This record gives sequence, structure tokens and C-alpha cells, in this order.
Amino acid sequence: MASYKPTNIPVYPKLGEKVTEETLYWKNYKTPIQIKEFGAVSNIHFSPVTPYNFAVTAFTRIHLYGLLSQEPVKTFTRFKDTAYCGRFRSDGQLLVAGCEDSVVRLFDVSGKVALRMFKGHTKAVHVTDFTSDRYQILTGSDDYTCCLWDIPNSAQLNTYQEHTDYIRCGVTSQLNRDLFVTGSYDHSLKVFDARVDKSVMTINHGHPVESLLLYPSEGLLVSAGGRYVRVWDLLKGGQPLVSLKNHHKTVTCLALSSNGQRLLSGSLDRHVKVYNTTSYKVVHNFDYPAAILSLALAPEDESIVVGMTNSILSIKHRKPSEEAKETAGHQRRRPSYRVYAHRKSYVPKQDDYLVSKPVRQHLAKYDKQLKKFNVSKALDTALETWIRGRKPEITVAVIRELDRRGTLKNALAGRDEQELSRLLSFLIANLVDARFAPVLITAAEMILDIYQSIIGQSPVVDKQLLHLQSLLERELDYQKDLLEVLGMLDTMFASSLPKIELPCSGISTSNGLPQGQSTASRPQVQVN
Amino acid sequence: MVEHGDVRVVHKGGSKINFREPALSTDSRFLLCASGESVKVFSTATEECLHALQGHTDLITGVLLRPSNHLQAYSCSLDGTVRLWDFTDGILIRTYSIGYPIYELFQLVAVHLPQCGEQLVEAKELSAVLSNISSNPAASAFGREVRIFRCLEVYFFKNFFLKKDNQKGGKNTFTCITCHPTEDCIASGHEDGKIRLWRNFNHRKEYTYSTLHWHHSAVSSLRFTPEGTNLLSGGVESVLVQWRYNQESQRDFLPRLGGAITHISVSPDGALFCTSHSDNKITIIQSCVKVSAVIQGLVKGDRIRTDLMIEPRSKALVLNGKPGHLQFYSLQRDKLLYNLDIVQQEYIHESGLEQFEVVMAAFDASGSWLATVEERKQKAPELELNLKLWAFDDQKQSFVLNTTISAPHEGRITALCFPHVSDGQTTMLVSTSRDGHFKAWQLAAPGFIKFYLILKGPSWSCDFLGAYHSLVPECCCFSADSSLLAVGFQEVVTVWTPASWELLTTLSQPPGAVRDLCFGRLSCSKYLLGATTSRLLCCWNLLTCSLEWVTSMDVSLLLADPLSENMAAFCFEAGSTDLFVFKPGEPRPLFSHKALCSGRVTHAVFVPREVMLESCDEASQWLNCSHLYFLTQSMDLLTFITKAEEDKLTASSKQLVVSDDVAMTPFHLLLGKHRDQLENPQAESRLSVEPIRQPSSSAGINELLQMPAHVLPSASFLCSMFVQSLLISKEEEMESEKEEEDSDGEMESRISRPEHMPSGESGCAAPALTKEEVRELRRLKKLDHSWMKGLLD
Repeated sequence: MASYKPTNIPVYPKLGEKVTEETLYWKNYKTPIQIKEFGAVSNIHFSPVTPYNFAVTAFTRIHLYGLLSQEPVKTFTRFKDTAYCGRFRSDGQLLVAGCEDSVVRLFDVSGKVALRMFKGHTKAVHVTDFTSDRYQILTGSDDYTCCLWDIPNSAQLNTYQEHTDYIRCGVTSQLNRDLFVTGSYDHSLKVFDARVDKSVMTINHGHPVESLLLYPSEGLLVSAGGRYVRVWDLLKGGQPLVSLKNHHKTVTCLALSSNGQRLLSGSLDRHVKVYNTTSYKVVHNFDYPAAILSLALAPEDESIVVGMTNSILSIKHRKPSEEAKETAGHQRRRPSYRVYAHRKSYVPKQDDYLVSKPVRQHLAKYDKQLKKFNVSKALDTALETWIRGRKPEITVAVIRELDRRGTLKNALAGRDEQELSRLLSFLIANLVDARFAPVLITAAEMILDIYQSIIGQSPVVDKQLLHLQSLLERELDYQKDLLEVLGMLDTMFASSLPKIELPCSGISTSNGLPQGQSTASRPQVQVN
Repeated sequence: MVEHGDVRVVHKGGSKINFREPALSTDSRFLLCASGESVKVFSTATEECLHALQGHTDLITGVLLRPSNHLQAYSCSLDGTVRLWDFTDGILIRTYSIGYPIYELFQLVAVHLPQCGEQLVEAKELSAVLSNISSNPAASAFGREVRIFRCLEVYFFKNFFLKKDNQKGGKNTFTCITCHPTEDCIASGHEDGKIRLWRNFNHRKEYTYSTLHWHHSAVSSLRFTPEGTNLLSGGVESVLVQWRYNQESQRDFLPRLGGAITHISVSPDGALFCTSHSDNKITIIQSCVKVSAVIQGLVKGDRIRTDLMIEPRSKALVLNGKPGHLQFYSLQRDKLLYNLDIVQQEYIHESGLEQFEVVMAAFDASGSWLATVEERKQKAPELELNLKLWAFDDQKQSFVLNTTISAPHEGRITALCFPHVSDGQTTMLVSTSRDGHFKAWQLAAPGFIKFYLILKGPSWSCDFLGAYHSLVPECCCFSADSSLLAVGFQEVVTVWTPASWELLTTLSQPPGAVRDLCFGRLSCSKYLLGATTSRLLCCWNLLTCSLEWVTSMDVSLLLADPLSENMAAFCFEAGSTDLFVFKPGEPRPLFSHKALCSGRVTHAVFVPREVMLESCDEASQWLNCSHLYFLTQSMDLLTFITKAEEDKLTASSKQLVVSDDVAMTPFHLLLGKHRDQLENPQAESRLSVEPIRQPSSSAGINELLQMPAHVLPSASFLCSMFVQSLLISKEEEMESEKEEEDSDGEMESRISRPEHMPSGESGCAAPALTKEEVRELRRLKKLDHSWMKGLLD
């Protein structure tokens, strides 16, 4: 006596996304933690030293978060107006930030009150950064100027007035204390050397520059502005290397993954794209709920922090690696000695007769009904909202099984308005899916056969039927168009492919011997 | 012209065991069932076939225990004889020759069997009890209490109802009938699934009936248990239903027994039931409605969809069996090894339902991969196809599903083949389909990224899609070294190289589409043979790409022996099939056999032998490497056997009969041999020394000793005959006496071990002395010794 074989649920390949090593790597993040800030998150900066706190600049405050905390560990609130660009010094001790009120403030990470106030700009300061010697500060402002300040005596060292529009981004070299780059809304990038009075290199980005990034080697410069991300070779005098146009709205922020192999760009189109820095192809894509203003990666890509216009900060942490999880799980699963001792310790001896306990087969609800030949109930179970929405393949498999048993008509018949509309809404959602179409078309035909007499009695059902009809018409149009395209492609391929000459072209001559000749060589197969 | 000489066609294994109702012995230890031309005796405990009662020369149509002797059974056959057997020992006791083919044996034997002592009895007294009975054996039953005329009445009553139903157009025709063992009650099963219990039948015209209904389609078998407390019924649903007599609302079910139930029988003590199923299976069920054993024969449906195949590892014959399964059948042991569930779906036992069927299967050369195709055909556009690939699992010793490809082609698959890679792994499979394409499937390594999936283990995916002028490919074949693939596209044979999938050449012999393609093997591997629908068998030489020879024959099947150059062609000629065995390079066939069987042969297979034969006879030489098995249209599995083999077989079977006083169980095979060796060293030596008894008399004694005591005439009658047979003529007497003394001496030696040597010497030295004297002498000697020693000291 064989046991009942449950309904076979086919596994369909997931469509739409290609699985690569890359996607596996970038998919390996937990669900994001979301923190509500006071305003749009304009800048995020990670401290370069442990414990890798990060500064989040949003509206009039700068919050310091620990890598794993969801509450700010420290808050800087002494801003008169919107703060901009809170950045750590390379030792993680000092933090500088610009402000809408044109004052640049320098904080000690452990203190609250600003250590220094740099006053000199006339308009909002959007760019601040420390130089690599740690004693100077670079600022860039909406008054078209950028300045270098000395920290100890808070004196302005130098002012450059070369840009002709707001300066909204800038970065200092980490290898040379005198070099820095600024980007402006006048579409240009300028490389300055503090030892000379003017810029040493000007690069035209073509769009208002929103963000800048220097590679760790500082041979390459990445700029983002408009919908473009452009990479420039500084060693070749600012030659354009590549231009990427993968966003459909302004790109606002850039980040490099820890090993410099991947470049990330965030945009107002709510996407973060990951590029391979050797081929500059998009290898992965993250979706976020709102336009992205700022983006930062923790060292070793441990977490991705994204700030958005709707003042939400989203933090994604990397999942612990496989073996760590395994050991943790193993420890958790180990049963306590007391509970399982009597089962574990008893080993059957050689002469013992083992009475095997029958293993009870677990069946899904719809299978239980199918086993009892309750076809309508089985279909009802398979049409439950959860299954219908999340796993339509189960519903389709049950319908297929009923069809195979020849009882689909019985299962579909005898339903009231509510049940019928549930069936129809399932059909509308899944009928045009190529995976389910062969099964569902049969079911749809049967439903129409059974319920054609009640058309016109219920407005709900009528509406759904009309919807189904329009859906089918649209699908037919699609198919027609696709066939046309296929035909065009076929003609193109046929004309473009080279003709292959068969080595043995003369079929009639070399192979088929004339009939008379062949009889001569015919073997003597004769039977008495 | 080649004579078929000493090669003979024989039935080989796999006969039906569900043809007629099996009989259970009184003590429920044995099960007898008619199986082709023999009656098989199974042990109900071990499912083992103990022995086959052979003797009938045609299909056996009934087996019945002898009511007066519970160790004997009758069997009847189409050859017109009824035979009485002792089934525990497998001995034919008596043969009654009736002279007409017998289709069914009744409990009250209508044929009056004369009680005579002779072996062969001519029974000419036929009493025609019933005439015009339906040929369905289930439609007749005899009650114990009911006299014969009552039975007649049952029959008329049935006839009456049949007519009435036909008028009404109702569906309640009788399908089976059974009588209650003690009460006046008859149960009848009907076409519409109802069971009617007719009571008060002995009172004319006053009968009443009640109806039981559970089955949804016709009830095919009904039985009361011996006490009459339960009624068992079965039908197409394959559910055994047990009804309590008089409490019919209480039912027990035993579902999913396999194929449709065709017969139910109950052992006389009521301890066991057994059900025969349409898939050639007998299930033994304990009375607590629990399956205790399953005896499964070779499943042969109405047609075989897959080819006959040989599993390369176990050399088992593989073909489709139960619906949705492949069966692995051992030809050597005539036993079903196991069924492999291909479809993995619940089978719905209902007639007229389209279900998935296994239509094609192929093994690769090493037996590590199995490819199967299952299809469910509704209407042509809604054809459901699945191609499944199974990997052999060494731990489970079975095939495990590796890849399922749903809808591999748009049309039906016409052929499936693996290349013959002798060493290493097979990584390719080719399938051809009616949609005009052939596809090559490739085994991909684990971790390989294909379409949107990362593959965890090795799996198969499509590698190449080939077509030729949108013609339909019908067959495909790999060459012996797998460097070439030939695909037959209607009239054109295309030859491809699997390495780069280039079309190398095309061959054709119009008119007529190519139906069968086959590459030659070994020394003939340069030849490609094709059979066309226009009654031609063509042979192309691939080196010259030209036609080598062509002959006109309607080939229905072309086969190549995997171990030699030989090829077999089954030709359909004037309603029957002829076989030709030939080498592609030689003009004359090695062997031909005309009118092998009626109808077309479409399934055949070469089975490699375990031990090569070394026959140098020209006509049977082709059978040296392999057996050739084939299935006829009437689904009989036949094979060829040479004279020498046959002699060997009969010799071994005779030997078995002589020494077969113990049931041949696996235990016996293991232990019996050992015990024989322990027991028989003396006996053997004795046999070799004394060829004294005449063969005739020894056979007589054997017969006497083997015959159970209860069938023998009285001892006084036999005694003189027996003694006579023991008497030995004068000159032999001396020898035998000496022999006897020898043996006595040995017996003696066990008693007085230290004296063994002297006793032997004394026996030899003084033949004149009688035994008593010798013994006395020995005792004296012993006494003397001790005494003398004492004196001397």
C-alpha cells in the first residue's frame, strides 16, 4: 500500500533579476534599520578610527551614531541654521561643519560647544574638510569662494575666487597636504594647490557638480552631477576616462566600497547603483523609498548608510557570515542533557527488536482535502488570500491537479458571488503569466461555461469579467507585436549569417545509387 | 539460406499471475496461482516462489484446492486436462483428460472425476450442468448449502435481470456474485458500483434484497469470509472494502493497493485474504486489514510505451509497468526487482482519465544516468511533456531525480538517446521531437550560473537546437565512438558531429521516410543502417558517404548487439514477423527465422550474457554474447535458446527435482548446501564406489520415497514390490556385502576409536568371520592387552 503522494508544486525560476556573485554579496544585508531625523539628511561621514561612529548632518543638528546603535551617541545642536557637511578629522577627534549662516564650526567629538568658529564667508558654507596634515580646514561656500583656514589660530590662510557659481562639493587629498579639489554649480571641477594662488587644473563636467570622490591612489577623480557620473584621470591632466549615465535623476552622492573595487552612486531617482571599477558596469542596484541625498559605507562594507529627503536615515548591516551563523546555531540547538538524556544514551543492542514507529506523513491543507476527494474545499483552501497572493504557483498547481483528476468543473461550480469574484480576481492577476497560462486558460474557459447564465446579475462579477476581457485583448496585441518583432529578427539573422556549404553537396550523385546498380550489390537475404 | 537448426523460441518469464483467482492453502502457508503454463506455489510469509507445478501444455485457467484433501489441488487448462497436484512437494498425482479446453473450474466439479489409482485417466463422462455461461469467471458462484438446481436458478435469475436491464438501459448489470457460507444469502456486484444482498432465496419468489453502495464504478470481485461475518469487495478504485455482515454501515478500507482489484480470495481458515490486481500483482492481506506481503510479477499493460531496455548495472530488464512507473525486472530470477516512480503523482483509479504516462526512457552506457519522458495528452495543443533526468545514487542503490525539464519540446518526443561513452561520465543527451527540432542536453557542473539560477549540484540544460529544413525528425542514433550523430529527418538522414554541432553530410534513399537508424559496431562501425517506410533496408558506408547495399524488406525494428557486430532486423511479412540476424559488412545473414510470431514485433532487446557461450555452430554463434528478448503483439516475452543451453537447463532442473525434498528458499540455498556437505561425504564416496542398483529400480525407490504417504497404496501391497527392487543379482551381492561390512566397520570405529586400525585390518584379513565373532575377538584382544601388561610389570 503506497502512501498518498502530495501535489507536485513546480519550482519556477525567478525572473527579472540575474543572480551573480556580486548580487549575492550585495544582497547579503539585513533589512534596513530606519531612523527618523529632523530634516533631510544632507551628509553622512564615517569616523576613520574605531569604533567607526558616523556623523549624520540633518537640518540644524549633527548626530553621532555608533555602528550598531539605533540611538545617537552624541548630538551637536549649536547651529543657528541648517548645518552642512559634518566631517571627521583623520584621527577622529575633531569634527567640522558648515552652516547656512556662513559660520564654520569646529567641535571636539567629546565636547558640546564649538572649539573654533571660522567667520569669513558671506553665504552658506556647504563644503568643509580637513587637509591631510590635520592643521588646516578647507571650506567652500555659496559666495563662490573657497578658503583654507588654520585651526590653531582660526585664521584664514588663503581664498580662491575662481568658481562662478555655488561651490557644493570638495575633497582634500589624503596624500598631499596642499592639494584639494572643488566642484561647483558652474559645471567645473578645479584642482587647487595651496602653494600657488590659483587652480592648477580645470575640468568641465558639463552639469552642476553635486559630489566628488578621489580614489585612494588619487590618480582618478570621480564627479557626479546631473544624471552623469564621470571618472577623470588626474595623472593624464584631467582626461575623461568614462562617463556613466545609469540614473534617470540627478546623482547626489558617491562612495567607494572598502577595497576600492566598487563605486556606489546615490541619486534622487531613489536608487543606489553599484559599479565595478574595472569595467564600469552596474553590478547591483538598491531601491530606497525616497530620493537619496547622502550615502556612506562603513569600513569593510559592514553597513550601508543612506540619508533621504524625507528625513529618514536607513542603515543596512551585513549579515554575519555563514560559518559564524553555523556555530551560533549549533550552540543554540544543543539540547540540555536532562531533557534528552534518556533518548540519546540508549543504544539498541544487537538482540533488541526495534519497533519502528510509523512516520506520520505531513500534508498541506489542500492535500488533505484532495486526499479525501473534497475538490471544492481543496480549491477553497488553495485560494486563501495568503496563498493566492504570495504563492500563486500553489493555487495553480492545485488547479492543475484537479484538472488532471477530471474534477475541475465540479470544483469550480456552485460558488456564490463572493467566491466567484475571488476566483476571477485570481485569474485577472495571473492569467497572462506565461508560467500559469496553460492551466488557467482551461480554468477560465470552464468558469465562463459554468457561469454564463448569471452574467448580468452581479455588478461585481460583470466588472471583473470586463476587466478580464480587456486584459486578454491587451495580451493578444502584445503577442502580435512580439511575433512581428520575431519575424523581423528572423529575416535579419537569415540575411546576416553566412551560408554553410555542406562538404557532401551532391546528394543525388554520391549517395543514392541508381536502382539497377544497387540490386547488384544487394546481399542475398532470402528466406525459404 | 540458413537453417534455424537448434535455436528455438521459448517463453521466458514474466507470465501473468493475476489471470485467475489465486488459491490459498488451508493453513494459509501457501498461495497457488495460475501463471501461464504452470502453477506457481508461493510462500505467503516470504513472498518467495517455492516451486512451479509444470506439466500443462497450454494456458492454465483455474486452480482449486481439493475439498477432500487439503494438501492437493486441481488445475485446469486450455489443453483439455485437469491435473491433480500435491502442491507442497510439487508432484503431479493424476491427470484427467477431458478433451475440451476448460475455461473455469468449479468447486463442485461438474466434470465427474473418476476415482482411479492410475496416473492418466480418461474422463469422458461429461455432465453438462450449465450452458451458455458468461465467460467471466467472477459471474458464477456456488453456495455450499445450495443444491445444483438452485445454482441453475441463480443463473436464470441473472439472465432475467440482464434482459430487464437492457430494456431499461440501466447500468446495474451483474459483474460478480458470491454466496454466504452459512446463511441463505447471495451477494451480487453490479456495474454501477452497488452491491446487492439477496436473502430468502430458497423460498421461491419471496426473496428480498438490500443495497450497499460505496464503489463509484463496477464492483469486480466479492467474497464472504469463511465464517460469513464479513464481506469483501473490490473494484477499479483499488480499495479493498470490508463490510460487516448485518452491520453494513460499518466498513473498513484498505486504499491504494495498486492496480484495479480483479479477484479476491480468502483462505479457508479466514486468516488471510489475497487480492489480484490488474498490474500483475497479488497482495496478501491479514484479516485485520493490513498488507502483509506483495507478490509482483512483470507488469504488462495493454501496450508498452517505452522500449525494452537493459539497466547496465544490474542487467535488469526495464520497461514501463504500473502507471507512471518504470519497472526493473530481473530476467535471471524472473522476479520484479523494484518499481521506480517517475511521475510522482497520485494515481487516480478511474477509467477514462488522461494521466501522465512514461513514454520513453534511456540509460547511458555506464548506468549512471536515466532519462525519462512522460506525457499527458489531452488535446494536441495542450500536450504536457516532462523530461526527467535521474542520477544513480550509490548509497540508495537507486535512481534519484536530478533535473526536471517541463515542456522540453513543443511536440511529442520521438526519440531519445545517450552517446555510448565507454569510460567517464556521459554529459550529453539528444532528444528529437515532432516540432521539427532535435535538442542536445548538456550536463552542467555544479556552481555553474545559467539563466537566473546558481546550480547547487550537476544538472542538465539545453546546449544545442538543431533542425533541418523544418522536417520532422523521427529517430536518432550515436555512432559507436559517439563522434557522429545521425538524425533521420523523414527521407533524409543527417549526420552531425556532436563536438561542434556541424552538419557533416546528408544521406537519403527516397521515397519513404527513415523509420529506424542504427550504426554498426566494432569492425562494422563505418556502416549506418536505416529502415525506411517504403520497405527498404539501406546500408550506407560513412567513409565514402555512399550507399553500400539496399534490400527490400519491411523492417519493423532494427537492433544492434552492443557486444558484437551483429544486427537483428524484425521484418513484418504477410501477417507475421521474421527475424534476420546479419553483419552489415557481410552479404549473407547469419541467422533467419521465418514466422516468429504473428503481428509486428516492435520491442526487442539484446541482453548481454553473464558468461559467454562458446558455441562454434554457425547458426547459434550470434547468441554467444547476448540473449535476444522480444515482445510480441500479444505481450508475450520470448527469447531464443540454443540446443546446448536447453539441455543444460533441463539437466539442472532434473537434478533439482531429485534432490528437492526441501523447499528451495534462499535459506536452503545458503544453508542446505552446507548441510549437504556435512551429511553426504560418506554417501558420496559410497555412491562412487557402488554402481550396484539398476537405474530403473532406484528411480522406483525414489518415487516411492518422495510420494507422500497418504497418496500411496497400502504398505502390504507395496512391500513385495519394494523388496523385489532391493534384491540384487548374485555376483553383485558379494561386492555389496563387502561394502556393507566396510560401512559397519566405520560404524564400529565410532564406538572403539583407539582400535580403529586393527579392526579395519581384522575386517580385511578375515572375511569369513561373522560380525559377532569379530566383535568378540576385539573384546578379547583388549582385555588381553591390559591383563598381559599387568603381568609383565
